[in-house]
Amino acid sequence: MKIRIKFRKRGVMKFVGHLDMMRYFQKAMRRAGIDICYSAGFSPHQIMSFAAPLGVGLTSDGEYFDIEAHSSPSSSEAIRALNETMADGVEVTGYVRLSDDAKSAMSQVAAADYELRLPEGFLPSYSAEEWEEKIKKHFRDAESFTVVKKTKKGERALDLKPLVYEFCAGECGGICFFLKVSTGSTENVKPELVLDALFERLGICATPAVSVHRREIYARTEDGRFLPLLDMGEEIA
Amino acid sequence: MSCRSGNFRKQALSDEILMRVEKPARYIGNELNSVRKDLEKIDIRFAMCFPDVYEIGMSHLGIQILYELFNRRPDTWCERVYSPWPDLHRIMKEEKIPLFALESQDALKQFDFLGITLQYEMCYTNILQILDLAQIPFYAKERGEEHPLVIGGGPCAYNPEPIAAFFDLFYIGEGEEQYDALLNLYKKMKKEQKGRAAFLHEAAKLEGIYVPSLYAASYHEDGTLAAFTPLADDIPKKIKKQVDRNLTDSVYPEKPVVPFLKATQDRIVLEIQRGCIRGCRFCQAGMIYRPNREKDVSRLKELAQKMIASTGYEEISLSSLSSSDYSQLEELVEFLIGECREKGINISLPSLRIDAFSLDVMSKVQDVRKSSLTFAPEAGSQRLRNVINKGLTEEDILHGAKEAFSGGWNKVKLYFMLGLPTETEADIRAIPELANEIAMLYYDTVPKEERNGKCQITISTSFFVPKPFTPFQWASMGAPEDYIAKAGIVNGHLREQLNHKSIRYNWHEAEVTVLEGVLARGDRRLSDVIKKAYENGAFFDAWSEFFDFGKWLDAFEACGLSIDFYNRRVRFEEELFPWDFLDAGVTKEFLLREWKNALAETVTPNCRQQCSGCGARTFGGGVCFEDKN
Repeated sequence: MKIRIKFRKRGVMKFVGHLDMMRYFQKAMRRAGIDICYSAGFSPHQIMSFAAPLGVGLTSDGEYFDIEAHSSPSSSEAIRALNETMADGVEVTGYVRLSDDAKSAMSQVAAADYELRLPEGFLPSYSAEEWEEKIKKHFRDAESFTVVKKTKKGERALDLKPLVYEFCAGECGGICFFLKVSTGSTENVKPELVLDALFERLGICATPAVSVHRREIYARTEDGRFLPLLDMGEEIA
Repeated sequence: MSCRSGNFRKQALSDEILMRVEKPARYIGNELNSVRKDLEKIDIRFAMCFPDVYEIGMSHLGIQILYELFNRRPDTWCERVYSPWPDLHRIMKEEKIPLFALESQDALKQFDFLGITLQYEMCYTNILQILDLAQIPFYAKERGEEHPLVIGGGPCAYNPEPIAAFFDLFYIGEGEEQYDALLNLYKKMKKEQKGRAAFLHEAAKLEGIYVPSLYAASYHEDGTLAAFTPLADDIPKKIKKQVDRNLTDSVYPEKPVVPFLKATQDRIVLEIQRGCIRGCRFCQAGMIYRPNREKDVSRLKELAQKMIASTGYEEISLSSLSSSDYSQLEELVEFLIGECREKGINISLPSLRIDAFSLDVMSKVQDVRKSSLTFAPEAGSQRLRNVINKGLTEEDILHGAKEAFSGGWNKVKLYFMLGLPTETEADIRAIPELANEIAMLYYDTVPKEERNGKCQITISTSFFVPKPFTPFQWASMGAPEDYIAKAGIVNGHLREQLNHKSIRYNWHEAEVTVLEGVLARGDRRLSDVIKKAYENGAFFDAWSEFFDFGKWLDAFEACGLSIDFYNRRVRFEEELFPWDFLDAGVTKEFLLREWKNALAETVTPNCRQQCSGCGARTFGGGVCFEDKN
């Protein structure tokens, strides 16, 4: 059976890279006694695939991976077993069964929500409302929002307007930006790139100290709605 | 929007720094099974250091054992620390950030003990890096009541003299034995506020504890050691190695710390025995871990199950100096195969002698077509193998290789040493000749239609370094150019072999060998050289990309000491060695007897065949008493 697992990655765990997180969860599956399927051969590996790699330095409330299992306890049992053996900062929050013909999480990823938090003492010290105005002027009301994207072959101009679905500012014990952006293998937009482009239009030197938090990853339904990846499966009773 | 902040633990390094350095996960701690304790409830803070990068240090079994041993005590919190990589080193120096332990992220300078494991000589400058970054004075004599006690242990502690000045004390032997006594003493004297000097004096009376500041060395005019004497009447003249007689019931890390990063040894390590019955004359481990002691197979089965459950590792490896000599190997391996198969866990069986049994086992646990077989003849000719007492004969090697080729293997790795005592050019030329013979055997054994391509034979040579407490401790070494010339002979003669296209050759660098030689058999005067080399910018000397011999040559020159004195001089039988004040069990008489046997090309039987009276029997356990109860 196919199972989708959702987890949070917070605190110092943000410094553990994507490949190391994959290795971490392979071990966690064994510790928690999940009846995961293995490939054949002398060095069997678990049937496991992650939705969208998260960069080093980013935290998240919405990370996903899919596994194949021979059998499974209830969702709540599995979540409890996994959380008993997690390192601090990693927490499993979802465990659902997918239909046998479900596509992999990776191929379904269409968008993701991010929060970007400005460091304390960031200058200029605009209020949330002032930031909102600037976003409206330079992004929402603009015809296009073009950035120069560096690629292996050189630079290319890219209009982010159709790829950034939401962009607003708010107050969260500091200034936060909320973004819903296109994610996945075809058009993957890094949220920092969007913010940098806004800073550039305002003449602000971008700072690396902006902290980035992923909140959720979505698939897109046939009718164009964004659906959290977890909602594509069924809770196991 | 507040969900991401939460109440997370303290970090010694800012996010901004962690984002600037390579592999920040080296410095965050928080690994599964790492131990956290309430500072209010403990009396002793112990920082255990492996002075190399995290991925190397985390691969070391000894620290995991000590970590378990210390943290079992409710009054002690043992944490870990490794060498910051040069990128972070620069930042910590610039910003004056004190080196910290991983678990609490607290600065080392507030700890009671800083323990440093001494696994190889080329990490000596890294010890100074640790002290430097920790903001602890290099020399023990410059430390005050506010500084941690710096304690060393591990194989290089069998000649602690070159680094004696940097340590307050050394622990000689296996930690399982005497650490509780040492920590109890410390706790008591700390409560009584007796002070550092008083504690060190009392500690020096414990078996296995060496306090360098309480001993004085004097030298002959020719530079050799004249005398080595205790400065107080109530401390021992000889420090006795500590041996754990009952490994089966000993403490073992049932819940080892599991790193996030891929460590060099990224698997469960199951130590099946300690010591070795073989008595190879170049091998320090084979002498200092005597007597050979096995762990009972039922305990090993229990440990394997517990460690699989507590770590989730995908691989388990047996650890010992010579796995084939473990008497219950067959039962253990069968159990592991049964246990691991359905859990998708690989089994790795290093240091197996190649024979019918091991080939059968290996064909069950690995892909024959992808894996390679390893032989360690160490010397190319039978004559030289007799000198070094390596029991392996040419017939054993060829027979093993033939069986392996019939079983489907076609990759063979061969390990040799160059520069062994009495070595002649014929011995060196025998190395590629042996490799050629093995290749020939492949083409003779495996019919063309069954071959999986050419056979692939890899020869690796390292340069021999004489070590304390081995029969070869009297041997002289060569100059770097001598070593390179020897590798040249192997390479040149290899090209003349019929099957040279099936054979690859790798050799080690020579300069690092020369330095290792000096540090292995050096005396107290070298502490200044090591400090000077560090000040010249030498560190991570075990890493070829950082090793700079020039910095060391300058340091020797500045301190007025000569490499040749330590490496090339002839050591006479009666010479007093800097490490002779240690009692490692094997006696100097035995080692000298073995040195003479080596020169006479006489083989000495292994411990199970016949006792050679090495002296280790005094420890009262292990192979010395097998079948004698």
